[in-house]
Amino acid sequence: MDNTTNTRQDNKAEARLIMEGITVNYGDFVANDNVNLVVYPGQIKALLGENGAGKTTLMKVLAGLLHPEGGRIIVDGQEVSIDSPQDSQRLGIGMVHQHFMLIPKLTVAQNICIGLKSTGYPFPDVRKVEEELSELSEQYNLLVDPKAIVSTLSIGTQQRVEILKALYRGAKILILDEPTSILTPQETAGLFDIIHFLTKRGNSVIFISHKLNEVMEISDRITVLRQGHVTAELAKQETTERQLAILMVGREFQTEKHLKPVPENAKELVCLDNITYIDHRKVSVLNGINLTVKAGEIHSIAGVDGNGQVELASILSGLLHQTKGKFTLNGKDLSKASPKERLQAGLAHIPSDRHKYGMILDLSMEDNFIIEGSEREPVSHRGILQKDAITSFSENLVKDYDIRCKSVKQKASTLSGGNQQKLVLARELSRNPIFVLAMQPAHGLDVGATEFVHKKLIEQRNAGSAVLLISTELDEVFDLSDRISVIYEGRILATIKREEATRENIGLLMTGKTNG
Amino acid sequence: MVNDHTNNKDSFYHRFFDKLRSSSEFFYSIGAVLLALLIGAVIICLIGSDPIKAYKALYRGSFGTTNAIAETLLRAMPLALVGLGATVAFRASVFNVGTEGQLFIGATAAACVALALPDLPRYLLLPLMALAAMGAGALLGGLAIFLKIKFNANEMINTIMMNYVVIYFVSWLVHGPIQQPGSPLGQTEKFSVNGIIPVILKRTRLHAGIIVLLILVIITYFLLEKTVWGYQIKVTGKNMLASKAAGIKVKRIFYSAMFFSGALAGLAGMFEASGIQNRMIENISSGYGYTGIVVALLGQLNPIGVLLAAILFGALQVGASSMETMVGIPSSAVSMIQYLIVIIFIGKNAFPRLWKRFHTSKDKRA
Amino acid sequence: MEPILNFLSTPIVEGFFSASMRLAIPIMLAAIGGIFNERAGLSNIGMEGFMILGSLFGFVIAYATGSIWISIAAVIVIGAIQGLIMGYFEITLKVNQVVFGITMNLFCVGLTSFLYRIIFGVGNSPRIDPLPTLSIPVLSKIPLIGPLFFQQTILAYITYLIVIITAIFFSRTAWGLNFISSGENPEAAETLGVDVILTRYIAIVISGILCTVGGAFLSTAATGLFVQNMTAGRGYIALAILVIGRRNPWGVFGAALLFGAADALQLRTQLFSFKIPYQFLVMLPYVLCMVVMILFSRTSSAPAALGEPYERGGKKE
Repeated sequence: MDNTTNTRQDNKAEARLIMEGITVNYGDFVANDNVNLVVYPGQIKALLGENGAGKTTLMKVLAGLLHPEGGRIIVDGQEVSIDSPQDSQRLGIGMVHQHFMLIPKLTVAQNICIGLKSTGYPFPDVRKVEEELSELSEQYNLLVDPKAIVSTLSIGTQQRVEILKALYRGAKILILDEPTSILTPQETAGLFDIIHFLTKRGNSVIFISHKLNEVMEISDRITVLRQGHVTAELAKQETTERQLAILMVGREFQTEKHLKPVPENAKELVCLDNITYIDHRKVSVLNGINLTVKAGEIHSIAGVDGNGQVELASILSGLLHQTKGKFTLNGKDLSKASPKERLQAGLAHIPSDRHKYGMILDLSMEDNFIIEGSEREPVSHRGILQKDAITSFSENLVKDYDIRCKSVKQKASTLSGGNQQKLVLARELSRNPIFVLAMQPAHGLDVGATEFVHKKLIEQRNAGSAVLLISTELDEVFDLSDRISVIYEGRILATIKREEATRENIGLLMTGKTNG
Repeated sequence: MVNDHTNNKDSFYHRFFDKLRSSSEFFYSIGAVLLALLIGAVIICLIGSDPIKAYKALYRGSFGTTNAIAETLLRAMPLALVGLGATVAFRASVFNVGTEGQLFIGATAAACVALALPDLPRYLLLPLMALAAMGAGALLGGLAIFLKIKFNANEMINTIMMNYVVIYFVSWLVHGPIQQPGSPLGQTEKFSVNGIIPVILKRTRLHAGIIVLLILVIITYFLLEKTVWGYQIKVTGKNMLASKAAGIKVKRIFYSAMFFSGALAGLAGMFEASGIQNRMIENISSGYGYTGIVVALLGQLNPIGVLLAAILFGALQVGASSMETMVGIPSSAVSMIQYLIVIIFIGKNAFPRLWKRFHTSKDKRA
Repeated sequence: MEPILNFLSTPIVEGFFSASMRLAIPIMLAAIGGIFNERAGLSNIGMEGFMILGSLFGFVIAYATGSIWISIAAVIVIGAIQGLIMGYFEITLKVNQVVFGITMNLFCVGLTSFLYRIIFGVGNSPRIDPLPTLSIPVLSKIPLIGPLFFQQTILAYITYLIVIITAIFFSRTAWGLNFISSGENPEAAETLGVDVILTRYIAIVISGILCTVGGAFLSTAATGLFVQNMTAGRGYIALAILVIGRRNPWGVFGAALLFGAADALQLRTQLFSFKIPYQFLVMLPYVLCMVVMILFSRTSSAPAALGEPYERGGKKE
């Protein structure tokens, strides 16, 4: 960590990794333009930038998954060419991807043996690997059982498996891609301990994030990327969160949201009564969820991924049938209603995985706009589609929601992520819903698009709709909610007013700890 | 590592071929036909025949005379009907490979009606037969969807298994309960005159089914392109989960697409029985159910394209027999060539790739 | 005990058992091949086509050379080439795997009937001497197990070996891990240094070889003659066997044997003129296949990325 005070020109010869003038194009799009990055032994280097700034692309170059069009890479003083993941691994580069690169059906040890001839070829000695992993896990305080099947492990443990995997492969430069986005505050603290532990032993860590507070907390030096360019390279001491924000986005973001309080006597529009779901493996995924959302209220469900949120959203939208329990909307029992009946009753659904549940990439924007309303006038008349009405309906939505496109006839897949989400929002909110179910609505969006989505949710709230926001992002939860519920292993552990909630207690609840 | 000069080219060729692909799928099919015929010519050479003579015979046999054209259209009819149905099913991502069985059961159902009510006037009997044929085909298809929805059983494997089961079942029927008395053959009695589709072109076998087919092409086109049902089929086929979430009754879409597909295959069976054989026979179809599926693929799941592809295949099949008698090339050569056309068409993306590779290697040499 | 043993060693019962395995082998070989491609994330709907090609070429080459071994060697080459072609379409060109498989099957049927006509003209195929049965001393005398497992042709014994090798391959070897990771999470596999594209090509080539050899078994070992369309849907049954056997070599072994038994049973029943029309007997394996597959379809064992084309490095090639 002693490098932090030095300027980088001083001892470039000692650098563990130098990337110079890296350029990557995706067709016409320049993902990385002449990017430089220097990392020293024992250093924690933050790579800061919003979604789509080119952080992941740059790291894919290091991991040997992408070939840059230009630039050079120097590892430990040697210019190298990283043509494959094996090359990357040989150079001591290990990457923990945002989406874990694990095979859920296999054990931890088997996962680590994949593609690794040194564990025995062609017959890997899994027993020996298990022992070595136990040792390594103990040495770095990672608490991983090498014999466990990966699918049975929690998200936090799976992340530690990824770190273990990188270490086992001899990583000296560890790249962590948005590692905290799936963790609770407490798990994050644990991860930070592990990171410090690693750097004390001379490893370098590249920490990729778009969260300013974390970057300020963990890193020694910070490289900021915006639209594929490096906009700054500075030591933590030289900067502030505010400055970083401007470097990252090009302007300050608006964090303040004006919310008038929800009146006490507001009607409870949405009632979930004892919603229980037992899946086909007889695992009880949801255990008696009780919840209400009032008119003009945003009620958030916070929690770590995989605690039943996906199932709850599927049940509310009618894709999945609860084993037990009742769901009423505005006094109407929708427990057994079809998705269509729910939509007609005033539900709008903004799914977390918009490509899977929210839109059809391969079809035109027009087709995407009418997917719910194809049977209604004026989109269709007696079962016949009315092309002109569809076009004008679509063009209005494009205008109202400021969706950037050349024409409503273009395929949805040609839109950027933010515009795709606007398309979903436009369609869902244009029906004037009384209940908006939003799950991770800003997932993968850049700051501008995230602000837009949040603004629209607040507009809905202020117009008197009930909004249920399911999110793993505490920032989002605290920014938007009137009340916060925490879900853990399919149970609501507590429901707290936003004014009374702290990150601390919500974070503890997210790990299942009910104080006292 | 530095290869930026190829990258610009790369995107240029990509864009060029993208444009070509989107604007002229049709020309790709023509190209596939020509290439397959060229390969066919090489094969014909290899077995020691004259390809020009052979293709002349092929043409003469399929389009050379009025009768030839009529026979081509006759052969195109079941292929087009099956292909139209498969188009609807495939658009909904329902892999109905059971069209052969649906054709058999449709033909049998029509035959049962014709044999049971021989004295009914034609304007009643024929529609009734068509209804029975379509109903039987639809039900058989529907069974596969039922098993898919209820048990998650793969509809493709199930429909193929059903083909075998149904064909043996029909074979038993025409050798047993509905066999022509006194005949050793697997066939029923001849239908009464009222149960036979009238011929519309003198001195040929071309029957009124062709008019029904043309109407059905237009109806299918209209249904797919202009109606909510067609839209919902397209949407469900592309993304079932999103469609379900959007309130589309996807089960209903799956059933209706399969019913439509099965019904048209069943109707194709009736056309064979009551338009050509004038009775039900054991080998009512020589694989029209399967060929119709690739006709749908070559027609790019577009009703008009399907009609054209069916006529092409009909011509090839009819021309093949005249090629066999005149030049002595086995007609199975043509059945091979017709599938080769489809394989080349499916693999059309290979050409821009090969073209690109050819160019980059030339650049490197330069 | 005595009467049961006596019954089991009557020639009819012994014949039934040995026929069960003989009829199971082609399907088993194809389905074992299917394990390779499906676990690597690729479907092979074209198994029927591979098999019919194998049965024709196996027969023709054995007929021409007089050696079944030369014919098997040649069929292995043909299967590998066909596997490569399929790989090019499904892996490199990323065409719809169902669509291509079906078309491939139809093409192969056309190709075999054409070649058959060219080579043998019209009429029935000549006969060759099928592979002799090789009874294993001692073991073949055990009731039930003897005729079932140890009164078979040498190809059957090789098939047992292939089943065992496949089981070891997937549970113990580094290659097996490569295959599984390519089928479950190809992106992850690639980051771990597994060449997903190459793995899938190898998988489809292995699958192609086993399917064509399975087809060749039909004509050279089981019957000694070639009949057009002689595979009669066995390639499709093999697909169902994969589902029923949960893509596990032992499961596939058991499921294939069940169908061999059903097939043997219907053939034997046909010989005795029971009142059952033969069509219903011939149907039996297909009906059984549907029923069992329905029972086994509730929970899926399919690899997560089965049928999804893989693009290296995300958006970029």
